[in-house]
Amino acid sequence: MQRIGVFVCWCGTNIAATVDVAKVAETLKSEPGVVFATDYQYMCSASGQEIIKNAIKEHNLTGVVICSCSPRMHEATFRKTVQAAGINPYMLEIANIREQCSWIHKDKEEATEKAIILGRAAIAKVHLNAPLTSMESPVVKRALVIGGGIAGIQTALDIADAGFEVDIVEKQPTIGGKMAQLDKTFPTLDCAACILTPKMVDAGSNDKVNLYTYCEVDKVEGFVGNFKVTIKQKPRYVDATKCTGCGECTTKCPSRKNPNEFNMGFDNRGAVYIPFAQAVPKVATIDPDDCIYMKTGKCGLCAKVCTAGAINYEQKEEFITKEYGAIVVATGYNQIKPTEFEEYGYNNYKDVVTSLEFERLMNAAGPTGGHLLRPSNGKEPKKIVFVQCVGSRGQSCRDKSYCSKICCMYTAKHAMLVKDHYPDVDVTVFYIDVRTPGKNFDEFYRRAVEEFGVHYIKGMVGKVEEEDGVLKVQASDLLANAQIHMDADMVVLAAAIEPDKSARPLATMLTASMDTNDFFTEAHAKLRPVESPTAGIFLSGTCQGPKDIPETVSQASACAAKVIGLLAKDHLLCNPCVAHSNETLCNGCSTCANVCPYGAITYEDRLVMDKGVRETRRIAVVNEAVCQGCGACTVTCPSGAMDLKGFANRQIMAEVDAICR
Amino acid sequence: MLNTKISKEDLERISGVNTRKCMKCGKCSATCPNFDAMDYHPHQFIDMVDKGNIAPLLESKAIWTCLSCMACLQRCPRSVEPAKLIEAVRLAVVRQQGENRLAAEDIPELLDEDLPQQAIVSAFRKYKK
Repeated sequence: MQRIGVFVCWCGTNIAATVDVAKVAETLKSEPGVVFATDYQYMCSASGQEIIKNAIKEHNLTGVVICSCSPRMHEATFRKTVQAAGINPYMLEIANIREQCSWIHKDKEEATEKAIILGRAAIAKVHLNAPLTSMESPVVKRALVIGGGIAGIQTALDIADAGFEVDIVEKQPTIGGKMAQLDKTFPTLDCAACILTPKMVDAGSNDKVNLYTYCEVDKVEGFVGNFKVTIKQKPRYVDATKCTGCGECTTKCPSRKNPNEFNMGFDNRGAVYIPFAQAVPKVATIDPDDCIYMKTGKCGLCAKVCTAGAINYEQKEEFITKEYGAIVVATGYNQIKPTEFEEYGYNNYKDVVTSLEFERLMNAAGPTGGHLLRPSNGKEPKKIVFVQCVGSRGQSCRDKSYCSKICCMYTAKHAMLVKDHYPDVDVTVFYIDVRTPGKNFDEFYRRAVEEFGVHYIKGMVGKVEEEDGVLKVQASDLLANAQIHMDADMVVLAAAIEPDKSARPLATMLTASMDTNDFFTEAHAKLRPVESPTAGIFLSGTCQGPKDIPETVSQASACAAKVIGLLAKDHLLCNPCVAHSNETLCNGCSTCANVCPYGAITYEDRLVMDKGVRETRRIAVVNEAVCQGCGACTVTCPSGAMDLKGFANRQIMAEVDAICR
Repeated sequence: MLNTKISKEDLERISGVNTRKCMKCGKCSATCPNFDAMDYHPHQFIDMVDKGNIAPLLESKAIWTCLSCMACLQRCPRSVEPAKLIEAVRLAVVRQQGENRLAAEDIPELLDEDLPQQAIVSAFRKYKK
């Protein structure tokens, strides 16, 4: 018979306001096997843990039940506590009377009754608990970073700095991401290229960092410390080891009508191209959809002009398989195309552009060499209207429900830069709220208003129509309680940002969770913001939520610290709650091996003694280092041979019985 | 005599509009094609009903000049749908007047080829109990 101690936590008022904690402790005291029960304000605090340790020693406890918050919150904490007092950590059970009781009930009497029942179930389970010991698994000392934008680059450089090897997989031909397209960066207005390109060069030249550009993650197997990842190298049709990046092919290519993605389609590129001058790696790539030779078999001009002999039209996609201890997701964002917002005329008028397009029009390396010109007629605009919150903060089907966070600041930046370069241009910003929390952010926005004379109007634009080459803007001015009509030469839409489309299939491959907007979910919003709930998967940058560059870089470095913490370990303690098969019940049918998502089950022929008969049978064997304890095998096993340590069928049934009693 | 004791709850019940969802962006009044003809504007309807300041709306010109074109309803990013609330204020007045100002059989006579169908439907919505 176990000697069980019950500890009921108040969690301040989180539990105690809805649950009569003293009554719970008092009632559970009369459960069979319970020799001690008490309640305390904060069980997880040092003094709370002391109460547990003392009770274990004083009352010779063999099992502990803690009625508190979710085990996801403090199971690890309390396991350490009981272990320190000499009890096996798996002799502890937590009854979740916060998330699953006090937080969701209002009636104190009902909540108290439920808390007692939950405690009773935990006690019933502890009676059947057995001490478990964790196995160890080795850690592969290499990290994979998926996405080569500023987030991925920063994380990779920091991990490399600690001496670990790190690979970056980037689906574009170059690393750099969105930041490479930007002109200036707020709040200091230093140029994006000046601060990003040295980091790109570092990533390219660091011997601990391997770049897999124009690559995608194809398959992920394994688990924390031991991931096996298959990377697909898309064919460049250029031998990256031979190409010197001289650019001769890109200038000679006769296929010239292909929209240049890097310049948001404002100019064209050849079928063979280098995305931009500072690309890393500086290697040409042939787009097979645009290449005349690939489509018709005639041309081959690039191959003729290439002195390095790097052009290879026969290149095929390749698959590379490598092992990693940790995986970092840094898949980033895209700005939505506001095609569904027909009131702004984005589909109809060339002079209505998104802010990322505007970024290229202002960029010294952009299609106009940094000279701001109207896309429709190439003339200088005299009046520019900025519209904020296009597609953000809405509830309708065309809107994102969240605030895109970066738009207030980059709109202030655009407005300020326009006024700085062209003081005569009239700049108006329509806003709902100006949100500028951040170091030196509000000062930045106020400078746009006070020093540069940007007109900020509290209201929204309702209609944009073109008349004789002039955009007619109809909008509200809420502070004046008026509807205003103004002319503009350009309208710039601060369109919402959304996670990259590759994020969702990737999340499925990684079994990492996402929210309804396809942003990756962090393990804990406050305390574990750069980790996915899936062990070994880490989050860097906007794949986790909208972020500006300063915040992205902070998070990227935080993420690297977590990865380094993992890679620095030689071994990881495995979860001992793994499956095992009962050799006298197993009939070797292979059903469990077929459902196991981790490939942890194999078979061996073993001599079995069953009811006095000795025979050789095919028996399922679980590799405990690989098993993650998901339990799929235990429910699929037709003969009931598979069971999960710590979550045995009879333990679960005992809990159910205790609840139904 | 017009009963001005129409409460916010009455209007929210009639319209199904929750005024608290409004984020005060002004999209409704930016979109409104008949803004200048209204003494109270779509965003004011939401704001005034939210604050319980309803009597001026019951006596406003705006409830009759609103085209009920539903542009504000369509464009509202928070799905507050001001047009429904304006309609509810209008109904609160129309229902007290005791008589229809428009009968179905009078319509053919009033028809004007230049009049959009929407305006007829809208007029019917406004002037019939």
